[in-house]
Amino acid sequence: MSTITLAGKDVARTDDGFFEDPSQWTEDMVPELAKAEGIEQLTDRHWVVIRFMRSEYLTKGTGPSVRALGKSSGVPIKELYELFPKGPAKQAAKIAGIPKPIGCI
Amino acid sequence: MPGIEKISIVISKGSLEGIYPGLIMANGARAEGIEAHLFFTFFGLDAIHRKRHEHIKLATVGNPALHMATWLGGFPGISSVMTHYIESKMEGIDIPSIPEFIEMIADTGAGLWACKATVDLFGMSKDDFVEQVQGIITVGDFYELAAGGQIIFT
Repeated sequence: MSTITLAGKDVARTDDGFFEDPSQWTEDMVPELAKAEGIEQLTDRHWVVIRFMRSEYLTKGTGPSVRALGKSSGVPIKELYELFPKGPAKQAAKIAGIPKPIGCI
Repeated sequence: MPGIEKISIVISKGSLEGIYPGLIMANGARAEGIEAHLFFTFFGLDAIHRKRHEHIKLATVGNPALHMATWLGGFPGISSVMTHYIESKMEGIDIPSIPEFIEMIADTGAGLWACKATVDLFGMSKDDFVEQVQGIITVGDFYELAAGGQIIFT
């Protein structure tokens, strides 16, 4: 576990960079989190995915896999990988302040 | 310790249980941001064959882990029945069919390649394969593609 300061708040994260407590997340942390993932230009499409991750987590208790994202977020898989080249579900979960989605597909 | 950055997976078998593990590993690699290539060789080519990849069957003979008598496994229709059963189980846990999975893996940016020696041996051509296949390549080309990463043979 490690602590970093985001938007002026101390946030506890796991060793691989996911929020320990998703309730600590606020939208103003997103630009900084995205930048740390190598995403300099945050677009509306990034936000669609980030907000979708967040709402899925809040309703279902876990974030969606890449396949589920492609099916339900309105952003197709090809574009998801363009937006989040290092793994859409994983990177978007980090940026949305939720735990790493579990699942193999 | 740096993680795995690149993986190349060889799929050499044409049965359901011979194809899925390689697909799942390639897709999972991309989900982790790992560069991935799939190289289809020998009967593994059926996974990317336009007309065959919708009809991939579970091997019911010579598989003791099915816990079924060998003579029963060879009975007409058993392979289809078992395939149907396992496919419905897979659908239940949201594993895509092979054609859909191939398309999805191509969309993740993974490379899909056919083995030239086998394509020649089976008298096939690029038209026999789904459009997501990027090329028919030699073993030498494959090693070039795989350079700097790990190779898994399935």
